[in-house]
This record gives sequence, structure tokens and C-alpha cells, in this order.
Amino acid sequence: MIEAVGLTKRYGDKTAVYNLSFQVRPGAVTGFLGPNGSGKSTTMRMILGLDNPTSGTVTIGGYPYRKLPNAPRQVGALLDAKAVHGGRAARNHLLSLAQLSGIPARRVDEVLGVVGLQEVARKRSKGFSLGMGQRLGIAAALLGDPQVLLFDEPVNGLDPEGILWVRNLMKALAAEGRTVFVSSHLMSEMALTADHLIVIGRGQLLADMSVTDFISANSADFARVRTPDTEPQLREKLSSALTEAGGHVLPEQDGALRVTGLPLPRISDLAYEAGVRLWELSPHQASLEEAYMRMTQGAVDYRSTIDQKASLQQQPPPGAQPPMPVPGQGQPGWYAPPPPQQGGQPFAMPTPPSGPYGGAPAGAYGAPGAGAPNPYAAPQGQPPVAAPPVPAAEPSQPAPAAPAADLTKSEDAR
Amino acid sequence: MAAVQVIRSEWTKIRSVASTVWTLSLAVVVTLALGVLISALSRSQYDNMPVRERLSFDPTVISFAGMTLGQLALIVFGVLVVSNEYSTGMIRVSLAAVPQRATFLFSKIAVATALALAVGMVTSFAAFFLGQAMLGSLGTGIGDPGVLRAVLGGGLYMALIAMFSMGVAAMLRSPMLSLGILMPFFFLISNILGNVDATKKIGRYLPDQAGSRIMQVVPRIDDDTPYGPWGGLGIMVLWVIAALVGGYAVLRKRDA
Amino acid sequence: MIELAGLTKRYGEKVAVDHLTFAVSPGIVTGFLGPNGAGKSTTMRMILGLDHPTAGDVRIDGKHYDQLRDPMTYIGALLDANAVHGGRSAYNHLLCLAQSNGIPTRRVAEVLDTVGLTAVARKKAKGFSYGMGQRLGIAAALLGDPRILMFDEPVNGLDPEGIHWIRNLMKSLAAQGRTVFVSSHLMSEMALTADHLVVIGQGRLLADTSMADFIRENARSYVRIRSPQRERLLDVLHEDGVTVVEAGGDALEVAGGKAERIGELATRYGIVLHELSPQQASLEEAFMQLTAESVEYHAHAAPAPVPRDWGAGWKGA
Repeated sequence: MIEAVGLTKRYGDKTAVYNLSFQVRPGAVTGFLGPNGSGKSTTMRMILGLDNPTSGTVTIGGYPYRKLPNAPRQVGALLDAKAVHGGRAARNHLLSLAQLSGIPARRVDEVLGVVGLQEVARKRSKGFSLGMGQRLGIAAALLGDPQVLLFDEPVNGLDPEGILWVRNLMKALAAEGRTVFVSSHLMSEMALTADHLIVIGRGQLLADMSVTDFISANSADFARVRTPDTEPQLREKLSSALTEAGGHVLPEQDGALRVTGLPLPRISDLAYEAGVRLWELSPHQASLEEAYMRMTQGAVDYRSTIDQKASLQQQPPPGAQPPMPVPGQGQPGWYAPPPPQQGGQPFAMPTPPSGPYGGAPAGAYGAPGAGAPNPYAAPQGQPPVAAPPVPAAEPSQPAPAAPAADLTKSEDAR
Repeated sequence: MAAVQVIRSEWTKIRSVASTVWTLSLAVVVTLALGVLISALSRSQYDNMPVRERLSFDPTVISFAGMTLGQLALIVFGVLVVSNEYSTGMIRVSLAAVPQRATFLFSKIAVATALALAVGMVTSFAAFFLGQAMLGSLGTGIGDPGVLRAVLGGGLYMALIAMFSMGVAAMLRSPMLSLGILMPFFFLISNILGNVDATKKIGRYLPDQAGSRIMQVVPRIDDDTPYGPWGGLGIMVLWVIAALVGGYAVLRKRDA
Repeated sequence: MIELAGLTKRYGEKVAVDHLTFAVSPGIVTGFLGPNGAGKSTTMRMILGLDHPTAGDVRIDGKHYDQLRDPMTYIGALLDANAVHGGRSAYNHLLCLAQSNGIPTRRVAEVLDTVGLTAVARKKAKGFSYGMGQRLGIAAALLGDPRILMFDEPVNGLDPEGIHWIRNLMKSLAAQGRTVFVSSHLMSEMALTADHLVVIGQGRLLADTSMADFIRENARSYVRIRSPQRERLLDVLHEDGVTVVEAGGDALEVAGGKAERIGELATRYGIVLHELSPQQASLEEAFMQLTAESVEYHAHAAPAPVPRDWGAGWKGA
């Protein structure tokens, strides 16, 4: 159990962490999320007693880290995979750590086996890839068989097999009743790993809740409904029946309907009453990423903009065509609508690839319609082609298909 | 791929890093300061010198005394210009931008050499005039026979030393390895070989010893050096060509 | 368009890349997947003419890389975010690259703006975080406005906003008709970004297919069904010869993509369905299935959780 109470850290004028209070409970994987510069690393360092809080306290099992009896046997942490003396062999690195806290040498070989580094145990860590360094760091964290584990970006540099392994490792550690606290920037990965989330932005607590609650609270669930392809009139019939019943219906690119505001059984009943056969009726939840983006929009440090390409004025290359959408396969983010109160603005983009918060594919990047040929890029000359297809905003939508940056700005303004 | 583009690019690279400024200014400062110091010392010690030494007293060479140390800064400059590409990983970006490896390497060397030559010439002339000023009545004038050749030669020597280092760095790639070989070579090994009788004959064919012949105006007594000032510089140029060819061969053949 | 024909790279005895033949087409995002040590980076370096192939050939728009005039205007690549001289400012880093390919100077400011680094353009790169270095590398790739883009692990070190941005960037580049070739270890990220996949293992081509086909061929798909008339539904499905598995809760699962058939059956027999959702396995699952034999480092025999008794050996002592 990690407990922070009123944790605050100031560096001169800049407040890195402000009045942070949360608990990280045992038996679950708790994800620690926030944009760059939001104070995640500072918080982690304060938990480990590396930085002193300006005010407030943070304790592990009731003790501040520095007063913890035999801390390395209680807390294991992976902060920076490269924090290893490059000239030292992996095994010696772990051995020196083990000796510091009275852990038998046998345990070193055990953890090397757990992370799969036995074969390179006697090699100098300077030849290690980022992924191998990461495994070594994880080995160090596991060394004392601790009850509390902290991982900062643990999957950095790992290959798919390694990522899967770390994910399963963290879940297994939590299942054994340990406290597992993980920071990551990979929302799709977090969605698969974490049970609980703590989200901070600009040093302050934004959310402390379960992953499912977090997603539900920050976006809306919806249903995907498909009627027989062979009879388009059924689709129209169902669409009007659902709208009449108070649902919000939008067409998807593959011909299915996206329905919000009605529970699945109700949709089923309405379809039955209207005499419409269903080929699909599936519940969808927004992605963790989308929910996270909505929550932290005001708290991002670096923001990318659109490539204006004023100095290039290039025509799109020949053969421009929108990417083919990949039919639904665990990509709820593509189809996820925003919360109802967001005014339906992102609905303006019917093409899934543009995403609910991105701009239209061509509009988000590049300057379509710029006619002058590139003076230097293509010596062989390009045949004149039409501007890339920009999905037109639906006339009924009040907001135009705004590029990503504009959209986020308008969100900020709210 | 217009070489002009690549030369402009290499000029941007070389002017945008601090190491260029500090290595070159160190070369100037060390050469001048040491030259002034030794010139002043020589003047005060001249009366105590044995006749033999007075006969071969070469005021031009005295004013260039700082170059033995100053050349080390140019070696660092030459090594860093090339090996920085490797130590930072920038080489892949550079070669992706300029896949013609000869154009890439020789544009880089041309820009760095031009800079080293300019700095070398300024340093050589400044060292000469400052040194002569310190030597006072013992000094010589730029119009005296062989002196202008020696002073111009001093500038050429500095540029060639930098080029040689670039060639070696292109072969070895690592800045630490290159400096670890070049520094002791020029500072110790060349001196030892040149001063031990048994190895003297070999030592004088080394690039620095052969090249520095051009800065001599008054020949040493019993001088049996088989080459003249320009011959010596020619030997150094051969060394430089060998290093550059070796460097290019490595760059062309090996994976980046 | 990038075309590889029998591309092979040997280092002594070890074969890093073994007769790779595939083409990367414009207009889509092509993902390049493989376990560590599969030869992805070597392949990418050979595409850029940095490594010399032992055998075979790779062409960019029909030409060898070193035949391209101003190559950055044909193909922009991000290989290693740290490949910057730490003492050089972001602006000068891009400027020297622009000059080498005859790209106008003002384009530097534009790409800096695109990647969101304008504020730190004059700062030395050694103060940059990994994510900022990544953005700088992406800026360099975009500099020549090339029709082909190649990214090696582009989301490494980026925060969620950055990840989201680069994903949309790649998609919009592809939508403009450009060729986008991207390697990544993050399957969940790839599933959101790529349209087509090239998978290699131990230097050999394992798959070159569309994302949908890849998942369909390498992992199971099934249909999840919920109904208030569960028993009756079971009977109906059974009679029709459909194999049903009872899943957790009140859900049923039918293997394969038979949602249409089940929907029709339910209507015919008047069964109310509360859910009828076709489910597909994740890209990760499909990838693991395909590459199971070609993984270089195995944490252990199977990617299973650590045994519960680890540490027991010495705890008792």
C-alpha cells in the first residue's frame, strides 16, 4: 500500500506536484497516467525517497521510504533502465544490489532466469539493447521479492513477446496480493494491464478510479447494429424506429449503424417490433486513450500543429486515396463517439480513420488544393491530380471538420 | 547531388557546434602564447648559448615553438569533425541525406580543411610577428630569404595536420580511439623516434617531422636530412593522402 | 513505392536478412513487424543504402538509393531518435540536412512547427527528452516533403498526446497517397495504425498481407451472443449444427464469423437477442501465433506468469 497525503513539490517558482492525495492498493495493477511534465516522475521519486516533498507525505506500508526497515526487501522499483554501470556484467550489477540488502546470491540467478537474461548474465551491460536493459531493471526490482513494486514505462524498448511477458508479470504480481504501480504513456497497453487508474495533469490529481469507470465517465458507450446487407430498406426502417425511440443513430462506413442513448435489449425489441432482422448487435466502449485524451486536454505541454507546407506547396502525389478501414477488431477507438454533451462535433467525420478527435485525413496534414507543383521534389514532373478526397462534413453539423489542433483548442476554451 | 549543397550543409554542421570554436581558439591561443614565451626566453638566454647553437639559431622556428602543442588542438578538431558523426549516430542521418559517400566525406574534409587553413595562416603569421617582436634584435624579417615560405608553410602544416587527423578518424570512427592513437603519436612517439639516434632516420619520415621542415629557415649544423622544405611538405602530403584514401575506403566499404 | 527483391544480409555465419522480397505500396500505412533480432533494422538500413546487401536488391521508386538526387525529397526516414549531435540546436540540425538536399531554409521552421518544437528550436539537442528527440527525428523525415516515409519505432518515448498525433500523422500521410512504412513492437498501436502488414522472423518473410487477413488467418474469431431465451437459442443452434461454447456470465460463444447466420436463425425462431457481436482476436495474439518459433530471447518457455514460488528458495533459508 502506497499512500500520498497532500504531496506537494516545488522547484523554485514552478510547482511540479500540488496537493496530491491517493492510495495505491495491493492486489491490483494501478496505472499512473499523465502527459509529459505532469509530475509523474517527480511523484515516483518522492515515493522512493529520492526527492523530498516540499509539503505533504508519502508512505509505503505506513512508513516514509527512508524509514522503512530493510526497504529493498519491501519495495522494488524500475525507474530508469539505463541506470546501470555499463562496464559491469548484468550478474555483478544484481549481485552488488543483492549484497547491499543481504539477499543471497542464489536469488540473483533466480531473477535473471525470471527475466530471461541467464545467457547474457556475464556480459557487460553496455552492449545491451534498451529491451535487455529494461529486463535487467525489472530483475533488479524483483530481487528483494518485494510486496510493493513501482515501474516507470516498463515496456519501453521491449519486443511484442517482451511486452506480453511484462504485462503478464505485472498481473501475476498483483494477483499474488502485491501492490503494483505502473506509469506508462501507452494507453492501449494500460487498458490491457491496469485495473485501477490514477491520472494527474499539471501536478494535480485528475482521476482516481477503476479503468472501466474511467472510460465510462469520460466517454459514452454505444452499440453497433448491422442489418442484412441484402435489404437496405431494413436499415432505413430500423434507423427511423430507433430515432423515434430517442436514440441517436449514425451510419458507419461499412454500412452498420452506431447507436447511442439506447440499451442493447431495447434496440433488440425495437428491431423486432419493426420486423428488422439483425446481423450484429454489439456493445462498444470507447478506448482508454480517448477517455484519457478528453480528460487531460488542458494539461499538455507540447502540442503539435498542422504541417502548413507553405514553402513547399506540393500537390498530393498521384494515386491519392483514403486508407482502407480495417473492420472492427478490437479498435473501439475508431468508432467511439464522444460523450453526448460534447455536441457531436467529432461526428462530423464519418470516415473511421479520421478518428473521433482527429481531423479529416487529408485536412489534418497537408494543404490540399495548393496547385503549384513542387519546384524541386519531383524532377520527372507529376501529372495534375485532384486534391485528396476530403470527407465532407455533414451539412447538419454545426461545427466544420476541424483539424486536430483546432478541436483541442476549442475544447480548452470550454 | 550538387557538391555545393553538401558543402553548405557541412559548413552549417561545423559552425553550429561549440567544439569547433574551442578547439580552434585553443590552437591559436596555445601556439601564440607559447611562441611568445619561448621567444622571450630565447632572447634572454641567447648570450649564454654555446656558439654551435648560436650559429644554427633560427628565429623563425623559435617563434613557431608553440605549434608543437597547438597542433594537438588541431588534431582534436580534425578528429571531432569526423568522429562526431559516428559517436552521435548522426552518420546514418547524414548518409541517408547524402548517399554519395565520396561527396559526403570530401565535402566535410574540404570545409574543415578550409577552416583549419584559415586559422592556421592567421596563427602562423601572428606567431611569427609576435615572436619576432619578442626576439627584438635577434629576430628576422618577413622579407628575408626563406622566411615567407616558412610562415606560409606553418599555416599549411596546421591544415595538413588537421586533414591527417580527419583521415585517421574516418578509418577508426571512434573519437576516443582516434585521439588515443594520434595524441601520443604526435606528442611522444614522434619525438622519441626523432631524438634517438638509432631511429632518427625513420623518425624524420613521419608526417609531423617531415612537414615541419618547411618552417626551418636556418639549416641545422651537420644537417643530413635528405629532403628540402618542400620535399618535407611533400612527404607529409603523401601521409595525408594515404590517411584520406584509407578513411574513404573504410567509409565506402563498411556499413554505416 | 519500396521494392525489395531477394534482399539478403549476412554477417559472417549469421544470416540477418534472408531473401526478403516484398513491396511497400503507396496510399496505405504498412506495418513492419518482427521479434527482436528479426532483421527489421538491418532491412531498414539497407533500404536507405546505409548497409550493403550481401545479395539482392532494394529500389525506391525504381531506383537505387544512391541514384536518387536529393534523396530526402523522395524518402524521409526516422531510424534513431538519438542520432543528433547533442551540441547542435534543433534548428541547425534540420538546417544542415535541408541544405544538403537543396530544401529551402524556411521549410525548417515549418517542420519544427509541425512537430511542436518551435519553442525549443534554438536549444541544444542534448537537453531534449527522448520524446522531443523523436519529434525532431520526425521533423527531419518530413523535411523534404517526401512521397515515401519510413519510421522505426516512432512512438517510443512519446506521451499519449504525441502517440495520438503521430498515429494520425501517419494515416493522413498515407491518405495523401504517400508510402508509409513503419516498424513497431506495440501491437495494440499497430492495430490502430496499419492497413497492411509485413512480418519477418529470423530474417525471413513470414507474412505480407492486409491487417484484416493477417488476423483472420492467424487467430481465432468468434461471435458472442446474449439472449434472455438462452435455452431455446441453444436448442435452435444445436439443431442447426452450430457448435456453441458457454462463456462467462450468460454469454455464449460461437467460433468463426457466423453472426449473419445466427441473426437470421434467431429471427426465424422468434428469439430475442441482447447481443450479437462478432469478436476478433487481437493483432498481438495473431502475431504471437505466427512468430512463436522465431523469437530470439525467451523470458521463459511460455509467456506465462512467473511461478508463484519464486523467491521461496531463499526465503526459507
